[in-house]
Amino acid sequence: MAFGWLPGAVGDIAHGAATTILLIAVTTLAGTLLSILGAAGRRNGPALLRRAIAWYVEVMRNTPFLVQLFFIFFGLPSLGIRLDPILAAMLAMTLNMAAYTIEIVGAGLDAVPHGQTEAALALGLRPRQVFIKIVLPQALKIIYPALTSQIVIMMLESAVVSQIAVRELTYEADMLQARTFRSFETYFVVTLVYLLMSMALRRLLVSGGRRALGAGVS
Amino acid sequence: MIEFTLWDIVRNLLLAARWTVLLSLAAFVGGALVGMAVLFFRIAKNKWSRRLASGYIALFQGTPLLMQLFLMFFGLPMLGLRIEPWTAAVLGLTFFASAYLAEIWRSGVDALPLGQWDAGASLGLHYLQELRLIILPQAFAITRAPTVGFLVQLIKSTALTSIIGFEELVRTSNAINNATFEPFKVYGLVALIFFVMCFPLTQYARRLEKRAAAH
Repeated sequence: MAFGWLPGAVGDIAHGAATTILLIAVTTLAGTLLSILGAAGRRNGPALLRRAIAWYVEVMRNTPFLVQLFFIFFGLPSLGIRLDPILAAMLAMTLNMAAYTIEIVGAGLDAVPHGQTEAALALGLRPRQVFIKIVLPQALKIIYPALTSQIVIMMLESAVVSQIAVRELTYEADMLQARTFRSFETYFVVTLVYLLMSMALRRLLVSGGRRALGAGVS
Repeated sequence: MIEFTLWDIVRNLLLAARWTVLLSLAAFVGGALVGMAVLFFRIAKNKWSRRLASGYIALFQGTPLLMQLFLMFFGLPMLGLRIEPWTAAVLGLTFFASAYLAEIWRSGVDALPLGQWDAGASLGLHYLQELRLIILPQAFAITRAPTVGFLVQLIKSTALTSIIGFEELVRTSNAINNATFEPFKVYGLVALIFFVMCFPLTQYARRLEKRAAAH
């Protein structure tokens, strides 16, 4: 074991970690938004849309993320859609996460008592206002812990996008070990960085959620 | 250049899928065995034993599987073991699975009323007998759905072993894609094969969940 290379590598590791954070931040926002639309569509949309969303969820949940990533990055160009590696990674992560969070958000929507909707309608709110102002905030509060775990899982899963040469943390680790010939030490250090990031992310999400959604969020 | 017909592609992918299935089974069995050991530590009366097991679980659930595989692949040779992709893949996935399975089963043990332990003790059973005859059978029964659900996750996770050079479905598909330049078709077929393997299990897990909810 030798860690003499470490001081010179801090910059690269930090740069990679920043890209990983960017990836997960974009994925969290886009994925959550998409899953709210998906969950609402699955409940209130036309029959065809409902069935399409149900199939989308099944397909994404029953195939590996790595294959989805390769399909988007290598497969879509043959349909004329050519994406930058980082855009392809963001798209694949968002689509993958949405498949899981559509189910989670849906469970939250189902858990809000129907009387809430009736009461809001009786107060003269329009259906869209009822959804955005009454039902959704309560649903998000209920499912927030599950959403948090899913975001952390996605952050760990993002290591895979190094395979299409996105310069995130794992990619930087690959480059470093090729330069230093210290494979085990390099991956060991980077694994620790991931561990710290996942713990910090979890803590950040819990405290942020408590502030945004009010007390009672764990 | 060799021409690949659709059947050539499918045939080669299906041959490679055997390794995906074998690896999933080996990792599931290995993970179940190691997971049992972790579970014993996790629910032991000794505080340090419980902390050790919690730390083990948190370590595997808080780091990417890809990193765990890399550490296996590059770390075992440092211990003087000659390592091949197959060994690294099985060991890496075994430890990964053990952490998740131990946590799933632990939730089953926690869900049982404490009276079950008391009843066992009052029948004169000692700790290991209580576990074997009373606690574990019930804990396994109520966690059957998440256990099957995790098996699906494990099958999907075998895709990552292609990165450390194990010749399974995804690695073979990369090679075929490099020869045919038909990524849309090749990766589409790979996704389909994975779907055919995972979807029945997902449905089975869902049925178990419904049945458990009905009781």
